[in-house]
Amino acid sequence: MTAASTTLVIAELAQGRLSRLTAELLALARRLAAGTGDTVAAAVFANRADGVPEELIARGADHVYWMEHAQLEHYHGESWVSAAAQLCREQVPALVLAGHTAAGADLAPRLAFRLGTAVATGCVAVSLSGGRPVFTRPCFGGNARETLSFTTAPAVATLRAGCCEALARDDTRRGEVTRVVPQLDDETRRVTVVERLTDAVEGVQLEDAQIVIAGGRGLNGPDGFRWLEQLAGVLGGAVGASRVPCDLGWCPRSWQIGLTGRTVQPELYIAVGISGAGHHMAGCGGAKAIVAVNTDRDAAIFKDARFGVVGDYLQIVPAFIDELQKLRPPINADERR
Amino acid sequence: MHIVVCAKQVPNPEAAFSMFRIDEEAKRMVPAPGLQLVMSPFDEQAVEAALRIREHHADARTTVLTLGPDSARNAIKHGLAMGADEGVLLCDAAFEDADSYTTAHALVAAIRKLGRCDLVLTGRQAADWDAGVVGAGVGELLGLPVITFAKDVHVEDTTVRIERVLDDGTEIMEAAMPALVTVSNELGAARTPNLRETMRAARKPVTVWKAADLGLAADEVGAAGARRVVERLFVPVKNNRCEFIAGSPEEQAAGLAQRLRAAKLI
Ligand SMILES: Cc1cc2nc3c(=O)[nH]c(=O)nc-3n(C[C@H](O)[C@H](O)[C@H](O)COP(=O)(O)OP(=O)(O)OC[C@H]3O[C@@H](n4cnc5c(N)ncnc54)[C@H](O)[C@@H]3O)c2cc1C
Ligand SMILES: Nc1ncnc2c1ncn2[C@@H]1O[C@H](COP(=O)(O)O)[C@@H](O)[C@H]1O
Repeated sequence: MTAASTTLVIAELAQGRLSRLTAELLALARRLAAGTGDTVAAAVFANRADGVPEELIARGADHVYWMEHAQLEHYHGESWVSAAAQLCREQVPALVLAGHTAAGADLAPRLAFRLGTAVATGCVAVSLSGGRPVFTRPCFGGNARETLSFTTAPAVATLRAGCCEALARDDTRRGEVTRVVPQLDDETRRVTVVERLTDAVEGVQLEDAQIVIAGGRGLNGPDGFRWLEQLAGVLGGAVGASRVPCDLGWCPRSWQIGLTGRTVQPELYIAVGISGAGHHMAGCGGAKAIVAVNTDRDAAIFKDARFGVVGDYLQIVPAFIDELQKLRPPINADERR
Repeated sequence: MHIVVCAKQVPNPEAAFSMFRIDEEAKRMVPAPGLQLVMSPFDEQAVEAALRIREHHADARTTVLTLGPDSARNAIKHGLAMGADEGVLLCDAAFEDADSYTTAHALVAAIRKLGRCDLVLTGRQAADWDAGVVGAGVGELLGLPVITFAKDVHVEDTTVRIERVLDDGTEIMEAAMPALVTVSNELGAARTPNLRETMRAARKPVTVWKAADLGLAADEVGAAGARRVVERLFVPVKNNRCEFIAGSPEEQAAGLAQRLRAAKLI
């Protein structure tokens, strides 16, 4: 990268606000820019974006491009790729960062090809080596890591949740906001969204939870998740799963944690009836502490766990819930609010 | 209707990781003897999606397209035994050590050479490097609409209708064909070939093309044309020791609660 180059962060919103991962990407871009004097820019795609440009600046952006168009309201690959490519051609960033979400993982590879460059997906880290960005990402089912660089620019990457600690919101930071109305031609309407079906989320979002309790095939059926939900209720955590229960329909697919699911980085991850395949650990290996409950003392999960309980979850989990209720009387709903 | 399924052969991703040796010096994965090579699971599901479409469209013809070494012929054979109609293997020393770009570039040249193609299906990602790039790349290079992470693919007349997996649900999308769709595991299990189909597969044609057959120069494919540089390949070290909590279930539960409290984790 030459002196004053730009890192462009593709922003994503959650309920009209910056997603947590977007804030992490801004922090990461700031960290890379420290010392090089580079600019951190953010692109937000939305028809309305009240307060969002300000929040992007307060979280680390120097420049916000608000790509304004009715077609950009929700993620729509054809439109977002087209708008992002237009912006990249005009602003010529050296590095483009997006979250490794359903949207980012769709957008980034297409954007890279459209710009004649290359992409690193699902990265856990980005650093600079001789001024060039290098990306570290899990491969071979999460068991190995590769570090990549590119011979073409811009380098495009998607990053997993937890790639960097978000900066505290600083409303005194100053930045510039540019409104851009992208030209979206007919081609962007080749794909139409007929319907969106959203899973209801009760309680804490997986990515935001300090405590995640995840169930696997060892639950032996959907009923096991009722125990995990009860445990989550006592601990104030969120419930996730390995891929197997999602594939078997024991729980919503959106609960899947892992290489092809969500990435969580809680303080505490309680894995119940999960064997600990690399594919799964790729989504939770960053947890500060892992507890594993498993009947098989040789299960791989114990290699990653700080505390291990060998036993049948149907005996362990209810006893654990009792124990927690002794330690901490149940908080009633009024107090919680 | 012609459906092209891009399918890669990979070391069995379900195998124990001890079967995978990482040579940090050579920046290569060295398979232990006995590590099976299989069609990448999401690609198998892409073949499955094509065969499900054929159940409603008798005229649908499916080609399995693979870039890989000679052994990758077995991945094609697997697709044919599942029920696909023909196979194309892109096999040439010049294709070795391709990156996502040079892989997509060669696949696109082959798809163009095949002639009319209404739908290209790929896996969401190949289960070796787990990139999830080549599908989107093929679509972009061909100028096709791209829909990723499909759990359901239906064809009606000249429209493809896809249910796409989101982080918090799904969305139903429609695109005019030709289009490119990447398939995710939510599609459901792929069929296992039966004996009769396996016997029939032996007689189905597999064409082999080299770079020159596709009009590609050696310096635009494989490692020579690659845009990515592998700086390092390694296995992360784990310095973890697990403390097992013994006793009856009640004692284990109490012991766990105490330790988590002491560690300020709850
Ligand atoms: C390309 C690819 C991508 C993948 N992506 C993901 C992903 O994103 N996320 C993911 O999770 N997986 C993913 N997988 C699947 C992954 O490889 C494993 O198959 C999966 O994680 C195993 O799930 P599990 O641990 O729940 O089941 P299993 O491996 O079957 O383990 C079940 C465990 O439960 C224990 N058990 C049984 N009964 C009890 C009991 N009564 N009480 C307590 N313990 C019990 C058993 O001892 C066992 O250890 C992927 C696979 C591939 C090939
Ligand atoms: N060598 C290959 N031959 C055929 N198809 C491939 C090859 N590499 C990748 N693909 C297709 O592209 C998808 C994504 O691959 P990747 O970007 O490598 O994760 C795979 O699921 C395949 O459908």
